[in-house]
Amino acid sequence: MKPGDELPPLSVPVTRTLIVAGAIASRDYQDVHHDPEAARAKGAPDIFMNIVTTNGLVGRYVTDHFGSGAVLRKMAIRLGAPNYPGDVMVLTGTITSVCADGDGEDGNEADGSPALVDVAIVGTNRLGRHVSGTVTVSLAGKAS
Amino acid sequence: MSDLYERLKAYEGHPAAVSARGKDPVNTAMIRHWCEAVGDTHPAHAGEDAVAPPAMLQAWTLAGLGGGQAGRSAALGELFALLDAAGFTAVVATDCEQEYFRPLRPGDVVTYDSVIESVSPCKATKLGAGHFITTRTEVRTAGVSALAATHRFRILRYAPAARAAGRRPKPVVGRDNAGFWAGVARRELLAQRCDDCRELRFPWLPGCGGCGSPRWTEARVSGAGTVYSYVVVHHPPAPGFEPPYVVALVELAEGVRMLGNVTGVEPGGVHIGMRVRVEFQRPDGEQELPFFRPVGPADDGRVRA
Ligand SMILES: [Zn+2]
Repeated sequence: MKPGDELPPLSVPVTRTLIVAGAIASRDYQDVHHDPEAARAKGAPDIFMNIVTTNGLVGRYVTDHFGSGAVLRKMAIRLGAPNYPGDVMVLTGTITSVCADGDGEDGNEADGSPALVDVAIVGTNRLGRHVSGTVTVSLAGKAS
Repeated sequence: MSDLYERLKAYEGHPAAVSARGKDPVNTAMIRHWCEAVGDTHPAHAGEDAVAPPAMLQAWTLAGLGGGQAGRSAALGELFALLDAAGFTAVVATDCEQEYFRPLRPGDVVTYDSVIESVSPCKATKLGAGHFITTRTEVRTAGVSALAATHRFRILRYAPAARAAGRRPKPVVGRDNAGFWAGVARRELLAQRCDDCRELRFPWLPGCGGCGSPRWTEARVSGAGTVYSYVVVHHPPAPGFEPPYVVALVELAEGVRMLGNVTGVEPGGVHIGMRVRVEFQRPDGEQELPFFRPVGPADDGRVRA
């Protein structure tokens, strides 16, 4: 594993069910995430995904890739174009840094301590870029 | 500085929440509902000794349908009241930065303190004019002084801009092109091939433009092509379309040309000769429509604020 390595893309169909289930599971009852009429009254063409669901999908994309030893340490995301029903969000990721936990040195893989990996992620939909950001994940004893 | 902005900015540094408490202790039911919603199958979040997925942090702190969060400050209520009164009634989240120091486990009672970090001047955005509000929250669990997580959150409070009402128009399906739309419904792109002179044609027509023969057979095309020409539509507004958007004439690998919207890229990122591939989407959540998505690095797009 090294900076520049890419994660396989993940296509996420943006269904109404996903938008509503994600909003309710995160206890976000803002009407724009479940009520199309209310969303239109506020200038959106339809309901759209809440940021917590996007956060969850991005986190899951990264931990799915690195497996059961992976633990999320930091996530910083910025939203752009909304995820509306019927769209498909394609998540892509690129490893930007790999270092042993705590010492901040690149490529220290010898001692088996958890590695910290930074992944730059982008999620695009038909309107453009829905989300961009950086995820830091630790990998227990898997620095190679 | 406007009068209003001066009054809004005065709330910077004021608390948004003091010793607030999550409505429910961390619990396996909410963890499971969340994992099912976002499709998270990480084994750490399943079973008796599950820990909460870090990314669901806000699920433990949001007030939910009941509202009335204990510990929410008067300052935040006043700030939102000022924004409401000035017409900035709608809200959308734009940024979320979180750091997780230790896992939240079932039984943990989440507590948090939050401060209004900044209020932006009024900005023009695609949604309408508005102010960005940034808060920073420290999350702990009852009885433990060490931080569990930190959370910086930026929202836009905006005055909704008017837009063209209504739904995207449906394709006109008739006897001559029904086969094409039946193919699209199956997520297949179909042209016609003349049974006599073998010429491939698109759009669909009852007769061959080359030899005049009315006999033809459906021919599936790959959907790969290049942008032959395109326009960026800014105006006039049309129901179901969010300007600016791209209408491209795509030359397919098989030689015929097809019109479609380009998806997954900012209009400024589209260029003649750009390689694209068909992608089927249901923009109203109903009928499949063909779009074209650039093939290659996802970085062709830029953030749309
Ligand atoms: Zn012919």
